[in-house]
Amino acid sequence: MIDVSNVSKSYFRDSLEIPVLRNISLSIPAGEFVALMGPSGSGKSTLLNLIAGIDKVDSGSIVVNKTDIGKLNETDLARWRSQSVGFVFQFYNLLPVLTAYENVELPLLLTRLNKKDRKSHVESALSLVGLGDRMDHYPKQLSGGQEQRVAIARAIVTDPTLLVADEPTGDLDKTSAEEILTLLERLNKEFGKTIVMVTHDPRAAEKAHMIRHLDKGELS
Amino acid sequence: MVIFRLVLKNTFRHKLRSLLTILGVSIAVLSFGFMRTIVDAWYAGVEMSAANRMITRHSVSFIFTLPLSYRDQILNVPGVDDVSFANWFGGIYGDPNKWENFFPRMAIDPETYFDLFPEFILPPDQFEAFKKERNACVIGAKLANEHGFKIGDVIPMEGDIYPGSWEFVVRGIYHGRDKTIDETQMLFHWAYLDESVRAVQPSRAGNIGWYILKVKNVNQMPQVAQRVDELFKNSRAGTTTETEKEFQQSFVSMSSAIITSLEVISFVIVGIILLVLANTIVMSARERMREYAVLKTIGFSGRRIGSLIGGESLLIAVVGSALGIAMTFPVCKAFADAFPTFFPIFNVSALTISICILVALGSSFIAAVFPAMKAMRMRIADGLRAIG
Repeated sequence: MIDVSNVSKSYFRDSLEIPVLRNISLSIPAGEFVALMGPSGSGKSTLLNLIAGIDKVDSGSIVVNKTDIGKLNETDLARWRSQSVGFVFQFYNLLPVLTAYENVELPLLLTRLNKKDRKSHVESALSLVGLGDRMDHYPKQLSGGQEQRVAIARAIVTDPTLLVADEPTGDLDKTSAEEILTLLERLNKEFGKTIVMVTHDPRAAEKAHMIRHLDKGELS
Repeated sequence: MVIFRLVLKNTFRHKLRSLLTILGVSIAVLSFGFMRTIVDAWYAGVEMSAANRMITRHSVSFIFTLPLSYRDQILNVPGVDDVSFANWFGGIYGDPNKWENFFPRMAIDPETYFDLFPEFILPPDQFEAFKKERNACVIGAKLANEHGFKIGDVIPMEGDIYPGSWEFVVRGIYHGRDKTIDETQMLFHWAYLDESVRAVQPSRAGNIGWYILKVKNVNQMPQVAQRVDELFKNSRAGTTTETEKEFQQSFVSMSSAIITSLEVISFVIVGIILLVLANTIVMSARERMREYAVLKTIGFSGRRIGSLIGGESLLIAVVGSALGIAMTFPVCKAFADAFPTFFPIFNVSALTISICILVALGSSFIAAVFPAMKAMRMRIADGLRAIG
């Protein structure tokens, strides 16, 4: 499903080039649950961003579900992300002025679904994450774990095949983190979602089927 | 709908800041509208000029008089339909230091003047009473209201250009045909002025200030002007004939420095609107870069992000300008009521309102351009690292 071939990526700080990924190759089959681990600055999040199409490679290619995302222009890439990828962030990144329902509805506004169908999708997603009774709550009225579950509902509401999660439990207590990991595990097992998760937490990585370590921009 | 709700909720996320910005925009729009109305008031005389009227004045300046004997000669000029005349009187009424005691006073020919100025509506019985009495006068309704003058009242006046003590009896109160007509004038018999002048300064008798010509065909105005001026080219008092609009414009030109200043100030206000709005939008957009990055991540295009920022700017501008425009009317009315004879015509025009709306919309667009461009061009990875 995901084929990362000879990918390199550098950032520039002023005129100084900082290599982040060096000639990375990685293959992730469909329905896989992969954990990317490594120390800070090892390039985990950069690799995740490249796979999710929110950043571009300097060299090499990334093919997701037969789509070479490096060849898509910005508009097509945005459309591809909205249809194919769900994102879960460490700090949830919910819009504070919107309710849980409205936050989850956001990705559906880019589809042709009518209001009734959108409602059905949103309610299903929120019920799946166990927040069917919190739809009208604003993010500040929810706990961290609940916020992350809303973020997961937002990520899955368009039924993407790929979920990328950047430290999804990094800001949560142990109980909430366990709930989130169980939820991701369920999404992988029951709904066949391919999940690529960046984590520092070995307990989180244990849930994954495959663990890849990155160090100084190289996979080990 | 959710997008609109998002714009609405974003706009009022910082209620105090948004309300202060809206207040700032509304006060700036009010000031702009007020300034434009003052400028319009200055041009009101020009605007109320009739298309078929011309003015013949002394070639040096309108303060120099012309002989009454010119009237019949002008009337015979091909293209001239009718002729009347007027004479600036000046005079001092009451305390000269009170601005409300200054209003235009002119000696006119009662038989012909109102035929050439059909926009002054005078009841027939009052017109007849005015014509019959030598020292009668007609005053505008606004002037009557301002000073409480009624029919039969005597208006005493001290002459300055024409020395002596004068008394005028109010025999008519005219109304303007519409609200653009000056209702602050006092008009009285030129004959009353002339006979008094003849008694004390005979050399000044038999002269009038300027002629008002009604032309048959407005397309022939240049030819009529040429013919009239040609007629008196070698006389002791040469003439300049121009359209009434040009004549009025020459008065406005005397105040050009003030008008230019007002116009400059009004455009400075536009700049203030822009800065007030831009400041808020730039701050809001900077605070939300992370949110815009999230929206981009889930598939929102740069254009949609730009429209969120533009929508916020537009909403503030629309609410602020609507408030400002709504306040402009009562403020201008209060000003006009407080100083009715200062600016005889003081109306908020449709053009002023249109300019206010355009200024607000234009400002909202310009204020949003740079933050919107920044958000549209922002790399998602950079945006996600942004601290809001």
